[in-house]
Amino acid sequence: MTARVGVVTFPGTLDDRDTQRAVRIAGLEAVPLWHRDKDLKQVDAVVLPGGFSYGDYLRAGAISRFSPVMESVIDRAKSGMPVLGICNGFQVLTESHLLPGAMLRNNHLHFICRDQKLRVENADTAWTSDYEAGQEISVPLKNIDGRYVADERTLDELEAEGRVAFRYLDGNPNGSLRDIAGITNAEGNVVGLMPHPEHAVEPLIGTGRTDGLGFFTSILKKLVNA
Amino acid sequence: MARVVVDVMLKPEILDPQGQAVQRALPRLGFEGIADVRQGKRFELEVEGPVDEAALARIHEMAETFLANTVIEDFTVRVDS
Amino acid sequence: MSLDTVKHAAETPEDAQPWAELGLKEDEYARIREILGRRPTGAELAMYSVMWSEHCSYKSSKVHLRQFGEKAPENDALLVGIGENAGVVDVGQGYAVTFKVESHNHPSYIEPYQGAATGVGGIVRDILAMGARPVAVMDPLRFGAADHPDTKRVLPGVVAGIGGYGNCLGLPNIGGEVVFDACYQGNPLVNALCVGVMKHEDIHLAKASGAGNKVILYGARTGGDGIGGVSVLASETFDDSKPTKRPAVQVGDPFQEKLLIECTLEIFRENLVDGIQDLGGAGLSCATSELASAGSGGMRVELDTVPLRDSSLSPEEILMSESQERMCAVVEPGKVDRFLEICEKWDVIATVIGEVTDGERLEIFWHGEQIVDVPPRTVAHEGPVYDRPYARPDWQDTLQADDANALPRPQTPQELREQVLKVVSSPNQASKSWITDQYDRFVQGNTVLAQPEDSGMVRIDADTNLGVAVATDGNGRYAKLDPYAGAQLALAESYRNVAATGARPLAISNCLNFGSPEDPAVMWQFAEATRGLADGCLALGTPVTGGNVSLYNQTGETAIHPTPVVAVLGVIDDVERRTPMAFREEGQLLYLLGDTREELGGSAWSQVIHDHLGGLPPKVDLEREKLLAEILISASRDGMIDAAHDLSDGGLVQAVTESCLRGGTGARLIVPDGLSAFTFLFSESAGRAVVSVPRSEELRFSDMCGARGLPATRIGVVDGESLDVQGHFELPLGELRSAYEATIPSLLA
Repeated sequence: MTARVGVVTFPGTLDDRDTQRAVRIAGLEAVPLWHRDKDLKQVDAVVLPGGFSYGDYLRAGAISRFSPVMESVIDRAKSGMPVLGICNGFQVLTESHLLPGAMLRNNHLHFICRDQKLRVENADTAWTSDYEAGQEISVPLKNIDGRYVADERTLDELEAEGRVAFRYLDGNPNGSLRDIAGITNAEGNVVGLMPHPEHAVEPLIGTGRTDGLGFFTSILKKLVNA
Repeated sequence: MARVVVDVMLKPEILDPQGQAVQRALPRLGFEGIADVRQGKRFELEVEGPVDEAALARIHEMAETFLANTVIEDFTVRVDS
Repeated sequence: MSLDTVKHAAETPEDAQPWAELGLKEDEYARIREILGRRPTGAELAMYSVMWSEHCSYKSSKVHLRQFGEKAPENDALLVGIGENAGVVDVGQGYAVTFKVESHNHPSYIEPYQGAATGVGGIVRDILAMGARPVAVMDPLRFGAADHPDTKRVLPGVVAGIGGYGNCLGLPNIGGEVVFDACYQGNPLVNALCVGVMKHEDIHLAKASGAGNKVILYGARTGGDGIGGVSVLASETFDDSKPTKRPAVQVGDPFQEKLLIECTLEIFRENLVDGIQDLGGAGLSCATSELASAGSGGMRVELDTVPLRDSSLSPEEILMSESQERMCAVVEPGKVDRFLEICEKWDVIATVIGEVTDGERLEIFWHGEQIVDVPPRTVAHEGPVYDRPYARPDWQDTLQADDANALPRPQTPQELREQVLKVVSSPNQASKSWITDQYDRFVQGNTVLAQPEDSGMVRIDADTNLGVAVATDGNGRYAKLDPYAGAQLALAESYRNVAATGARPLAISNCLNFGSPEDPAVMWQFAEATRGLADGCLALGTPVTGGNVSLYNQTGETAIHPTPVVAVLGVIDDVERRTPMAFREEGQLLYLLGDTREELGGSAWSQVIHDHLGGLPPKVDLEREKLLAEILISASRDGMIDAAHDLSDGGLVQAVTESCLRGGTGARLIVPDGLSAFTFLFSESAGRAVVSVPRSEELRFSDMCGARGLPATRIGVVDGESLDVQGHFELPLGELRSAYEATIPSLLA
């Protein structure tokens, strides 16, 4: 008996198949979800994967946020279903106001693709319990709109409540305020980050590290052992 | 200080993928009756000194060589009162 | 203006037509009249002019390109050869791989971002049209001098365009090249390669058969993009004086292309198409005439049904429009509904614009009136062919006599050390990560190796670990010194790069970038390079599967260096066995494979230190290349080596520097007997690689090389925190790294 993790495909989503693979590698069942479909097919958790949904036109995530599937995701997230937004998925979560803040163009204005070191600041969320607080991991980062911004009060609140989930180490790659790479909601079920854990799950592929697998084993433990 | 506004738009015959994506999304959100959307850029320039003909000519030149890519974009210059 | 119908054309034989403005020669126009038995209509003239342009018809290059077929080596792996959108190669386990490299040079000079972006879009659609899922892209790029102000305009735009488009499609960018040379100042070369994967049974071809089958145009609406772009942009040098009615720049929409990819793959999965063609250069003119000539019947098209972005377009303009992100499919009537349903699912506009007929003509109608009535083959395939005069230029002997081996060499260890730093930090040799970090190399989750590795490698089956490797190479300096040898050296380097990663080379694609074919010297370079490449492919057993020719790359009378770019595709049964380039394990032994001779003609050293180009390029020995490749592949399969790096421009010191910095380890080198330190470090003799061998494997490895007759010289050991050429100089890794990594950002960031 394992848990079902939905992976949403919006028009222009790129990392849906990779995310499904990562979910399966962790021992979970991956369930493809289509943006036009309100039905979440009895999944226990949802990942909004990376890509350029709607070409990132208007603003990254701005058009996807209004898709039918998001109505259901937003409802279920508010009642506790775990949701992980990676890169474009994180942008959709901020546009949906499930997470505070917004993502702007990188301060150097270029797309950047590199292996990025992070510190896991909060290991108590649904998606990070398999890490230790303070653990350093490396996963690929690849985006052009990755600069996290929020007003000072929100940032202070995030810090005070331990809701900064990941911070960039060894150099801020895009000008994100307070080196923030990812955040969580107060309940710990909704997590978003710019780097790509799903691209660091197999030793042969990409950077050759498996530091990202913990996201998926965390959710497996939460859902199956719960 | 006077403000001069430069609007830069893709030329009418040039494909505007962003505008199209927005236009296609509108009916889904319940905004009917919009036949076309084109997205552009607006620059607001705070000009030191008088905005005379010479200053406007300089701004025009700036828009033509720098703010707009005239291969694919048109621009307009106007004084914001 | 009234509509120029077929009927009207027949009645008004004397009407003057703008054939010259459309790029046609007088005899070409006469030939069209002869084919049709009357004057062409405006629409027909538009179609012929664009399809008979150099870019579409290969009229100057065809007679030379024939050798690729005539001299093709026997190779069972080739499933689809030259002539289709792209060639297809069998890689085993039921998989087929298709790949192709194409140029988008002139558009990228005019509008770097969009030119480069649409170049990626075009090659991706070529691969998609074969039935394959695109799995990776690469971009061989050449720009003017790195410190020239215009390079700062062109390069960042091109790189952002490639990234902006390719990243948005979800295609990992796994390799390519960036080369600077003043000869590309007014003619940057922007070549784009795409690799796709499919099962054998999914191969699709561009043909229209079966009377009554529907012709469906799907994808973006048609606008005024690039009207005349094909004939004007690709076939003539620039002329600023002529205003254009419509912009010659096409704007790409990668989001639309991504939808087109997913939609098309779903259509393939349900087996809904009989024939398919992408719309690229020459748009509908090309797609309809090529589909109709490859099939068994004719075709009838109602042109007024084409969805337009700009309702003022004339029928001629619709036929010539190069709007991006469009495809054309031939579909049985019973499958049309399902086809349209899938398009709707992906928000892709699809329209039935015509049908296959049992006649032999391509007939096009505009609101019921016939405006085109032609035999499609005469448009698509039976254009003019020129055997242009060519002659070895009189300066070739002088150039070759200007021997680079005679240039002054460093006299002291200190001078040698300085020159090493100068070479590895020169724009051509320095790290390109500022550029390649703007491309997504991880997407799709199958990237095993990506730049700066010798070849890019992707896994194509996660259960069996089957993978493919691709490398692209070209060296215009070598080709300028000797185009025949230069083309073979490009082939040999690319072949070597694939083998260095442990993959077995199978087939090649090429992009031949040259100056004006109307210059006999350029035509000689072209003839020599194609002859060299065809002979080389025969010797190595790697057939040419397709490619692209880009001519008229010149400013005024000055042509670019002849620049044949060769892409080699290889297969690896288990990507776990791949060989990366990084030296990682201290204590491992470094072996230099192959022979090192005094060969500095065209070398990076001669360019960087002396700004010199002369003499002869390195000697080509394709039998040796084959042997070296076999050794590299066996050593990878049997786990005898941990790292391998090919030796090419910059010589041994460049290769060792790159492998050290990649792995973060130093190396201690000993200059072998019989070689000067200078020649050891800087010679560019071909057929060489450096490998890192675990001590436990040394005997087995050196025995294998000895038994097969490949010279293998122990040159040192992986060790320490510096590049230490014993008895000569030592360079701390930190100093080497800053020199190697700082150059490109300081010039371009």
